[in-house]
Formats: sequence, C-alpha cells, structure tokens
Amino acid sequence: MSALSAVAIDPPTIEYGELAPMLLVFGAAIVGVLVEAFTPRYLRKSIQMPITLLSLAGAFALTVWQGLQGVRSAAAMGAIAVDGPSLFIWGAILLLAIVSVLLINDDDHFVAQASAVPGSAEEDQAISDGGAHTEIYPLVLFAVGGMLLFPASNDLLIMFVALEVMSLPLYLLCGLARRRRLLSQEAAMKYFLLGAFSSAFFLYGTALLYGFAGSVDLAAVQEALANVGGQDALLFIGTAMLGVGLLFKIGAAPFQAWKPDVYQGAPTPITALMASGTLIAAFGALLRVFWVALGDLDTEWQPVLWAVAILTMVVGAILAITQTDIKRMLAYSSIAHTGFLLTAVVATGGAEQNTQALAGILFYLVTYGFATVGAFAVVTMVRDAGGEAGHLSRWAGLGKRAPALAGIFALFLLAFAGIPLTSGFFGKYAVFAPAVAGGATGLVIVGVVTSAMAAFFYVRVIVLMFFSDPAPEGPTIAVPTIGTAAVVAISAAATVVLGVFPQPVLDLAHSAAQSLFVR
Amino acid sequence: MPWLSILMGVPVLGALAVAAVPRGNAKLAKQLTLGVSLVVLVLTLLMAFQFEAGGPRDQFSEVYQWIPAFGVHYAVAVDGIALVLIALAVVLVPIVVLASWHDAERADAKRSVKTYFALILVLEAMMIGVFAATDVFLFYVFFEAMLIPMYFMIGSYGGAQRSYAAVKFLLYSLFGGLLMLVAVIALYASAGKGTFLQPELIGAITDPNTQKWLFLGFFIAFAVKAPLWPFHTWLPDAAAQAPAGAAVLLVGVLDKVGTYGMLRFCLELFPDAAKFFTPMVITLSVIGIVYGAIVAIGQTDMKRLIAYTSISHFGFITMGVFALTADAGAGATLYMVNHGFSTGALFLLAGFLIHRRGSQYIADYGGVQKVAPVLAGTFLVAGLSSLSLPGLSTFVSEFLVLVGTFERYAVPAIIALSGMVLAAVYVLWMYQRMMGGPTAESVRGFPDLNLREKFVVAPLIALLIGFGFFPKPLLDVINPAVQETLTSVQAPQFTPAIPAAADQKGAGE
Repeated sequence: MSALSAVAIDPPTIEYGELAPMLLVFGAAIVGVLVEAFTPRYLRKSIQMPITLLSLAGAFALTVWQGLQGVRSAAAMGAIAVDGPSLFIWGAILLLAIVSVLLINDDDHFVAQASAVPGSAEEDQAISDGGAHTEIYPLVLFAVGGMLLFPASNDLLIMFVALEVMSLPLYLLCGLARRRRLLSQEAAMKYFLLGAFSSAFFLYGTALLYGFAGSVDLAAVQEALANVGGQDALLFIGTAMLGVGLLFKIGAAPFQAWKPDVYQGAPTPITALMASGTLIAAFGALLRVFWVALGDLDTEWQPVLWAVAILTMVVGAILAITQTDIKRMLAYSSIAHTGFLLTAVVATGGAEQNTQALAGILFYLVTYGFATVGAFAVVTMVRDAGGEAGHLSRWAGLGKRAPALAGIFALFLLAFAGIPLTSGFFGKYAVFAPAVAGGATGLVIVGVVTSAMAAFFYVRVIVLMFFSDPAPEGPTIAVPTIGTAAVVAISAAATVVLGVFPQPVLDLAHSAAQSLFVR
Repeated sequence: MPWLSILMGVPVLGALAVAAVPRGNAKLAKQLTLGVSLVVLVLTLLMAFQFEAGGPRDQFSEVYQWIPAFGVHYAVAVDGIALVLIALAVVLVPIVVLASWHDAERADAKRSVKTYFALILVLEAMMIGVFAATDVFLFYVFFEAMLIPMYFMIGSYGGAQRSYAAVKFLLYSLFGGLLMLVAVIALYASAGKGTFLQPELIGAITDPNTQKWLFLGFFIAFAVKAPLWPFHTWLPDAAAQAPAGAAVLLVGVLDKVGTYGMLRFCLELFPDAAKFFTPMVITLSVIGIVYGAIVAIGQTDMKRLIAYTSISHFGFITMGVFALTADAGAGATLYMVNHGFSTGALFLLAGFLIHRRGSQYIADYGGVQKVAPVLAGTFLVAGLSSLSLPGLSTFVSEFLVLVGTFERYAVPAIIALSGMVLAAVYVLWMYQRMMGGPTAESVRGFPDLNLREKFVVAPLIALLIGFGFFPKPLLDVINPAVQETLTSVQAPQFTPAIPAAADQKGAGE
C-alpha cells in the first residue's frame, strides 16, 4: 500500500469552464432532486420550473459564449470533445429543450400519481387531490444533460455513460402520460427493454473494440486501425455492435420498431423532446463514432449504412401511409427523416466534402427539430373528451374549426414534405447536395422517391383538415397556455425564417463544421 | 428600377392586405384583389414598353446573393420569351378575378372568399417569379412552391372530386419536381462553378452522359408539368375539378412553366442531350397531339374536353420547341401565349355555363344560342381559336410550328396535321350539341352574359382576333430570344456560317 501511495499520480485535469454548460444542467438537476426532497408539495412546481428554464437558458448562454470564444478542444483528459459540432449540437439541443419544457409546463399531460394502478380508486384520489409529479423537471434535466454529453463524448465509455444518463430518465418519463395510461406504461416498458438491449449491444461493441485497440478513446481506435493487424474479427463485430446500439437510438430500420409505440404512448411534450433532442444527440454520437473512430474504415461500413439508409427511408415512408394515429404517423415520418439524414452520413470523402456533409446534417437537425416540436405542440392542443384526439379521422375539418391552428400544422407538414420556402426544403437540400457530391446519387434518388411517397401522407392530413367536412362532434381546440402558444409561434417562425432566409444558420453550421471533430 | 421585384412584391403585399380584410366583407376583398391585379397589369405594360426587342438578351436584370452557402442568387431578368409569358399571366389574372367573382361563395360550401382571392394573388407573384428567375435554384423554388396555392385552390374550392384531383395534381407535380431536384443538385455538383446562375451554367456540362441524365431529370419534371403524353393523366382531373378561374391559371399559365422550362433549361443547359432525345420527344408530342384530340372527342364533360384539347395543343408546343428551328421555336412560344388566351376563354365561358346550369356535362345543354346568343357566339369564337381558324391568333402559332417542324421532321409534321382536323371535330361537335338544336328545357331560362361577364370575355376575344391579324408585336419580342436559344443549342456543333436548317436536312435524310 505504502509503495503505491508513494508513486505520484497526476490528478486529472478537468476544464470546468469548457464543460460549464453540461455541469450547469446536471447541477440544476441535482438541485431539483433536493427541492423535491425538502420543499412542500405546493411550492415545488413554482421552484422547479424557473430552475429548469433558467439553467437551460444559462447553459445556452454559456454555449454561445464558448462558441464566440472559439473554444475547440478535447476537455477532461480528452474524454469530452468541446468542438464546433459539439457546440452547435449543444445549442440546438438546449434551445429545443427550452421549447419542450414550455410544453411540459402544461400539467395536464402528466399523471397525478405514477404508482397508482390505472383505473383504481387510488388514482381517482390522486387526481382529485390535484397532485402532479414535479419530479418531471429534474428528470428532464438529467435527460438533457445526457443528451449534451452523448454527442460530445470522445471516448466510448463516456459515451455509454451518457447514453444511459440520457435514456433512463426518458424511460421513466414515457410512462407518465395522464391519459391512456396503460398505453403509456406499455410504451415505457417497451422502450426500456429494447433500449436496454441496445445498450448491451453498445457496451459489448465497446468491449470488443477495446480488445482490438487497447483503448476506448476514439482517437486511439482510429490510430489502431492503421497499426493493429490480425484482429479483424474483433474490429468488425465490435463495429457492428456499436452500430446496432447507435442506429437503435436514431431509430433507423431495422431497429425502428420502438419509435411508433413510444412516440404514441409517451406524454406528447416528452415525445417532442425525444423526437428533437434525442435524435440530434444520437446523430452527433453516431457521427463521432463512425467518422472519428472508424473514419478510415469507411469503405467497410458505407455499404451497410447505404442499405440501412435505404431501408429506413422506405420503411418510414411506406408504413407511415397506413397509420391512422397522428402521433404514430409523425413517428414514422421521423423514421423517414432519419433515413434522409443518413444519406449525408454515408457521403464521406475529403475534408471539404466532410465539412459540407456535416454542416448539412447539423442544419437539417435544427430545421427538423423545430418543425417536430411545433407539430407535437399542435397535437397537444387538439383534444377530445379522453385527452388528445389522436385518431386522424378526428382531425377532419379542423381547417374550418380552427383555421389558424390548422394552417400552422399544415405549414409544419409542408416543411416535413420539403416544399420550398419552408425550412424542410433547405434541410433536405443541405443533406442531399453533399450526398450527390460524395457519390451517393443512388441514395438521393431513393430519397426523393420516398420523399414523394412521404408527401402523400402529409398531404393526406392537409386534405383531411381543409377539404373534408368537420366531424359532427369534433375535437375541441384547447385554449393554449402562454407556453404552448409560444412553442407553436417559435416553431412556426423558425420554419418560415429558415425557409426563406437560411443563410445565418447555414453559416453557423458551416463554421461549426469547419474544423470537423477534434480527435 | 427593380421592375421584376416590384411586380412580385405588389401581389404579395396585396395578398396580405386581402387576407387581412375582416371576415364577412367579401366584396371588399374582391375589389381589392381586382385593383391589385390591375396595378400589376399596368406596371407590366409599363415595363414591357421599355423592353428593347433588339437589345441584350436579359433585361431588367437583378442579381443579389440569397444563400451564398449553396451558391444561390436571387437573380431575375426577362428575355422576350419570359416577357410574353409574364404578360400572359398578368393579363389573365384580373380576368380570372373578375370571372371568379361568385366562384368561391357557393351555397353548399362555406368557404373563406378572401382566402381564394389572396391565393390568386400569391400565385400571380409566383408565376411572375418562375418566368423571371435566371437562377436555376430560384426557378426550382418557384416551380415547387407555386403548387401549394394551386393545390388549395383546387382542393378547397373545386368540384365534387376536388380532394382526389388536388392530391393527384400535387403528387404528380411533386414527384416530377423531386426528380428535378436531384438533377439540380447534380448540375451544381458536376458543373463545379459554385453558382446556380443559368447564363453561367450554359456550356458548363460537357460530358455527354452527364448531360443525358441531367436532361432527363429536368425533362420529366417539365413533361409532367406541361403535361406531355404519357404524363398527362392528372390534368383532366385537376382541370375538371378546379373552379373555372383556377383551371384557367392552371392550364393557361402554370402548365406553360413546363414548356418554358424545356426551352430555357433543357435546351440551353444540355444541348447535346436535347438533340439526342429529340426523336423521342417529337414522337411523344405527336402521340400527345393525336391522342389528346381523339380522347377529347369522346368526352362528355366539357371541362375534361377542354383539358384534353390542351394536351393535344401542348403536343404542338413541345414539338415546336424540340424541332430546333427558328420558325418552330417562335411558333411554340407564340402558341404558349395564344393557348393561354384561347383555353382561358373556353374555360371561363364553360364556367359561366356551369354557373347557370349547375352541370358540366355536355348532354345537359342544348340550343343555348337561341336564349343566350352572346354567350354562344363568344363560345364559338373561343372554340374556333382552339381549332386554329385562320384569322385567330392560334392559327399563326400553329402554322409556324408546323412549318418549322416540317423543315426538319416532315413525317411527324404531317401526322400532327391530323390534330387540326380532329380539333374541328371536337370543337364543332361540342358547339353543335350544346348551342345548336332545339332549346333544352333546362336551358330555357338562361340569362345571357351580364356586364361583368362581358368584361371578362371581351378582352380575350379581342386579343385572339387582334394577334390573329397582327402578331408582329409579339413575334418581334419573341424572335430574338428564340434565335439566341437556338444559337446556344447549336453553338458547339455548327459553325454560324452554315445555315442550321440546311445542314440538318442533309444529315437527317
């Protein structure tokens, strides 16, 4: 013992300043837990809400500040990369999280007491007591913190930790829907089981890659590709398993099965957070693993990702056509969009090509994130006696009942369909253009064909809303809270502005992508 | 003075103003729309008078950076071809507004009247933009975006099958447009110029194979839009279900974007591929001419009939575009304009008839000329313009197309001639069944055209007759632009000293 302690161990250096956005979010989450423990129930929400919003806004300000400083480094002994793409992704996630929290603020979506059996007297009691789970706020903060860490991790082990920190709160949050609780609990269970499987795949892949490279550091794995010979089995199986874990998180086919169930069952504000934030974070992590650690292996993984991209686009577009529930339809649409994004992930090449592709992906994620959150916000406002009016037939004639709301929803749908003068068009262009330049023209042709198919089901909703006669006892339109109205307004504004004048955000994405990922 | 931006800005602002009119004050919305569209017409005429027919190709040019990251410019300008097509659009819009006065407020459908008129104005801005765009990307943006107002006009204000027709229209066009998007991206990537400005991209693609693929990407989109046989099936549905005014803008102007695009983009950007595919395009056009005419004869619904006649006429236009001779090119361009007036008059008069009788089936009419002679008379003139009677403007254009095509492709021109004969059958037979014979019971109480309706029809008839006798002003503007287009198509292969037509004759036979 004494001999060991005599060896001087250099303490690890942690760049607290650079990690400040993440630390602030995690810190606020812990404060939130303490608030739950020590303050009376009636005060909790009025404390939690400001803490959550302020910490997210503060983290966003810190991210912007770092971006202005031009921080580009691998912090915490190279375990966390604070580089251009990370900062851009952080900014996007934090903005979308703020917007989603405004939706979450609406109590009506969450169960009064999660532990009460659905339909029991206990549940009725909880509802009449007017209880609400304010634990949602710290859980969301933990999830957001995980989302920040996931795409920034420069080390497979950290990435795994981030994956879990992000996912575990989300599993819980999925089960907290106020209405149709069995569906919600089923969604949570499915998400948890499938998520745990995929985490296991990820972890096993990490172990195998460690066996190959002798390190979990992404840069070390990349170096090992050139130096280590005769370990191809470890490398390829490890890569495949990492790929499974990551593709599960972005919801690419054939690992997409959880998405519709979870999106449908989860409380809609949580769905909005997952559909925007989780997708962005997971894409960041996917890019980091495949471009940084396995960048020199691209001739091997490209054909596989080609197939995955094609399958994802086709599955998303075709299955969406058959959906009758609005949230399930948006889930399949999200799968199709994942496929569109993958076309640019495949399009690697020289540094300039990679920059273009990366910038395109970053821009697409922002445009898609805002349109998605906005669309789910609208979904929360169209209500039946039993909660949200999920079934598409209930949306018939909404254009006559609530022209403004239906008009905004149509705007989001047109953006998803990629019609010019909406953000979705430039997003699609931004990923398809580098894909063509990178030699993936075939993928892009599949992409536009599936876009046309996807347009069919978006247009079908517009037809329902505007050209069909209203259902006799149609849904009511909830008077939006200020938060919900703000979410819809912000998302609609982002969709229009990015569709007409995308240059500033494109510039930002380009400058973020310029240096590519630090290694 | 930024003429073209003003031309686009005025209707957009007008649309916002119309949309802001308080609900229930439909009359004000209509008057405002009419006023705005007349202002645009006046502005366009002012601009047209400053256009120098013999001057540089692109005039009133404006170029600003829009999205530097993609090399996209807001670049607009007009040459003779674009100018006459913009003129066509801005002439038709006030006429359509006046004709649609009561279209949006049918008893069975509680519709927002002002929305319909706001959509017309938005569409007008986009129609001007799409013809004026000299940046390929900007053209694409307008090309796709203009589907949306038309989609809502058909879907919200159309006939019984409106949502089916609207969706079919949108999906066909979108599919063609998305293929074009791939071609647009690939054009940018393979040209490697870092810009989408059309004049700079001319001659940028030299590899024959690349040219062919890109040509196909653009051509299919335009062929769907135009529509060329066999991509036409959406048009009869859309035109039959759209309200008459929207059908005029759809067939009269929107479809011209397809033929305009072939002339402006397919020919100029991919000249070698265009020549390679010419036999195929001419064949499709001839099939379209004959097929459209024959199917038109069999129609029982007059709006579908007019739609099929348009498919036949679009065959003439594409044949003229791809014949690659000066006469045929000028004829095709002139035909785009005249067809707009001719079909516009037919659709609007059909709309008036439908408004009176409540049916678009030919069999429900009979002997209208006895109760409503002015209506029947103008219908006859419009119909005769559709069959290209000498003395009406369509004759000039059809004749030019046929002469120009004959110079190079004699057999297709001869087959296409049968289209003129068949046109006489469908027009005159329709006239005979609807207007001639004993007056049907259901038609007995028909009022003749009222003052508003006369104001709608009079300018169209005047234009058809006027340009029939004196097409020179239009041809003076069109000819130089067509010449330049053909020069840029043939530049790589022919030395200017040798007449293009003679050379090709020798090679072709």
